[in-house]
Amino acid sequence: MALAPAPATSRFARTPHVARKERAQAVAKAIFAVMAAAMVVPLVLIVTYLVVRAWPVLGPEFILDVPRRGMTDGGIWPAFVGTLYLVGLSLLVSTPIGVLAAIYLNEYARDNWWNRVVNLAVINLAGVPSIVHALFGLGAFVYAARFGYSILSAALTLAIMTLPVIIASTREALASVPMAFREACWNVGATRWQTIRAVVLPNSVSGILTGVILQVSRAAGETAPVMFTGAVFFKAVERGRLLPYGLQDQCMALSMHLYTLATQVPNVKEALPYATAVVLLGSVLLVNATAIGVRLLLRARKRW
Amino acid sequence: MSAAFQKRIEVKDLRLAYDASEVIHGITFDVYQNEILAVIGPAQSGKSSMLRCLNRTIDFTASARWSGSVRVDGEDVRRSRDVFALRRKIGMVAPLPVGLPLSIYDNVAFAPRCSGLTRRGDLDPIVERCLRQAALWDEVKDRLASLGTALSGGQQQRLTIARALSHRPEILCLDEFSIAIDPVTTMRIEDVLKELRRELTIVLVTNLTQQARRLSDRTLFLWEGELVELDRTEVIFSEAARSQRTRDYVSGVFG
Amino acid sequence: MNHDGSTPDALAARPRRPAWAVQGERALEALVRLAGVSAILFVAAIFFFVLREAAPVLVKDDFSLAQFLFSTEWYPTSASHVRYGTLALTVGTLSVTALAMLIAVPFGLGAAVYLSEFCAPRLRETLKITIELLSAIPSVVWGFVGLTVMSRLIVSTTGAPVGVNVLNGGIILALMSVPVIVSIGEDALKAVPDSYREAGLALGATRWQLVYRVLLPAARNGLLAAVLLGVGRAVGETMAVLMATGHAVHIPGSLLDSVRTLTANIAAELGEAPAGSDHYRVLFLTGTLLFLITFAVNLAADFVVRGIRRR
Repeated sequence: MALAPAPATSRFARTPHVARKERAQAVAKAIFAVMAAAMVVPLVLIVTYLVVRAWPVLGPEFILDVPRRGMTDGGIWPAFVGTLYLVGLSLLVSTPIGVLAAIYLNEYARDNWWNRVVNLAVINLAGVPSIVHALFGLGAFVYAARFGYSILSAALTLAIMTLPVIIASTREALASVPMAFREACWNVGATRWQTIRAVVLPNSVSGILTGVILQVSRAAGETAPVMFTGAVFFKAVERGRLLPYGLQDQCMALSMHLYTLATQVPNVKEALPYATAVVLLGSVLLVNATAIGVRLLLRARKRW
Repeated sequence: MSAAFQKRIEVKDLRLAYDASEVIHGITFDVYQNEILAVIGPAQSGKSSMLRCLNRTIDFTASARWSGSVRVDGEDVRRSRDVFALRRKIGMVAPLPVGLPLSIYDNVAFAPRCSGLTRRGDLDPIVERCLRQAALWDEVKDRLASLGTALSGGQQQRLTIARALSHRPEILCLDEFSIAIDPVTTMRIEDVLKELRRELTIVLVTNLTQQARRLSDRTLFLWEGELVELDRTEVIFSEAARSQRTRDYVSGVFG
Repeated sequence: MNHDGSTPDALAARPRRPAWAVQGERALEALVRLAGVSAILFVAAIFFFVLREAAPVLVKDDFSLAQFLFSTEWYPTSASHVRYGTLALTVGTLSVTALAMLIAVPFGLGAAVYLSEFCAPRLRETLKITIELLSAIPSVVWGFVGLTVMSRLIVSTTGAPVGVNVLNGGIILALMSVPVIVSIGEDALKAVPDSYREAGLALGATRWQLVYRVLLPAARNGLLAAVLLGVGRAVGETMAVLMATGHAVHIPGSLLDSVRTLTANIAAELGEAPAGSDHYRVLFLTGTLLFLITFAVNLAADFVVRGIRRR
């Protein structure tokens, strides 16, 4: 006696309605995937195009050499080292202020109207256009404080610009330390600062570091704030010299140099601006990749 | 008056509110030297909040407002000149075991360091004493440098007790310490408390009525912010209890 | 001797913290408080110093604020008839920003949905890193790309005479704003509780139906904030639009017309305007205007976000 065969349609049959739903889902998923890809593809294409165009000139010599023949040839050393100066100085100023401000906002501030205003100020500081930062730097540091057009003015302008993001990322790092640890410290009679020093800060270092590293690339890439406060078209500097500038001097900057080569220098060797863009972009991406790497590494070594 | 009947804590008409809702409606009680006072009651009765008023950690909750008087050794805690010294006088053990993300040694040495002690010669005996008193020494004595957060839940709770003892408190408050640990560790800690009561005064907040019965001299029954009854433990847990609600709670009619 | 016969330890002497430690801590906490309010100080300082340079021109008889805001005639260096009308620049900013948002918002939100709902975890990590790297590209590099790559592309595909125009600036700005929209939009979607998703799936919805019927409405506020912040970024952008939109100060007739934005105009002319001259002061006034516009946009975004947190 053979068993009757199983029914051809199961309970959960694939009705036309279900099929239509699944098709709509597949289409939607594909469209969204394309949208996501639309971000990756331009990045890859742009980088490739720039590298290809820059190829004839790229090499360590390009970075170490100085501009020659009225900037139509040669290298970018004064601009490269100028950017290092500007970035280093600005972060030297903005990091301590930013970390302390974040400690205040996360550890000391009570939730009242005054601190809501402070919060709003940080958000607005982050949204100020870079040209307005340039105008501020011009009015405040170059003229009012009488620092003149100098690395000092430019670095201070950059410092104000990078401050809000350092505050925000430090706050995030501090907030990721669980409240229970702080309460355990307070219960044994520790002061706020003792708690911060022993438990909160040491466990926030990775987040703070990531935030600072990310601002390195931002400070290196900005043009307008330095263009009007201390960076110049051209400055004669010795090839490969490590400390060619003083605080009062004006300097060249990579970001501004790219702008100059692309728009102000006639008859420039074709590969030159492309190569400058590649060095700038490459440095920025390298620094960001380092920050991401630091973040991933330290996330793996979590202490709780 | 002999030291045994000295009042360590005097609470008069304590009221506490978080924003607009009052959670403690005017309770009055005293805690005597060397007694174990159990505070029992269902969840959300205000037991934990009351403890936090004793050592002023309620200050860290922005929405909390309290009135009434809390005196520790005769001194009003609100007018206390050094609130950190107050917190060192009162040891506090939280419900969830919290090992600080420091080494075991540093966990216990944290409070003495905050007080100004820095030399290993001073800190070593303190660390050993506290870990012994918390019945944790034998398990960790060979790995004092390892991370406190890597211990098991029961070990972390004993570490918390060691930390609470590390600043030589005179009063020890425990807030539902056995919630997140196993029964064996609970029994060990109860033995520890029985040892400690010779030196300290203990306020034990617990939702385990049988634990209160095992350990305490007097029991305070708190229900929805009201002090229902405060008496000797054997009275609370018997038919002699004055309030029907008390009798119902301890016999498990509600809980 | 203690109760248990042991010798009293160092704590019995009730040690006190050394005075220098207590004073040092108090000083440090004062510094912390000062740093905390520094953000307010700096925002106020920016507004003050920019307005300070601009102020003298406001009180001059031959300067009209109405003309400044609503006239399209910008002739700052004219020998005979100097006019400072910024309307054409404002329209330039608006047109480039609008085009950028038209492109960036659908792509950005679409990518955010993909990352949040459809993506495998491994791929998501890679894409998120890519987005981070995309947002790190300096604006002058974007401007350079617009000036070279995009310009040639536009000329070859549309046959326009010049490649630097509204279209160019719009596309470049879109590429710059997308990362902001994606990351904040993804945060907004992730903030929708899983219980919403589980309920929808239990009712037989597909992932896609879940997205457009349940998640997008629920994350509405956060997505709006993402868009607003993207707008803020686009409006404030300077170097990229300076290089990609051309030099013509006029109201654009088509996408292929060159324009100039408020931001680019300042950058282009500030170097030439003598310090203290009217032209110089009007440029600072333009900066004040920009500050107020981005202030308003950021305030709006913050209110919208606060609406989420209240839930």
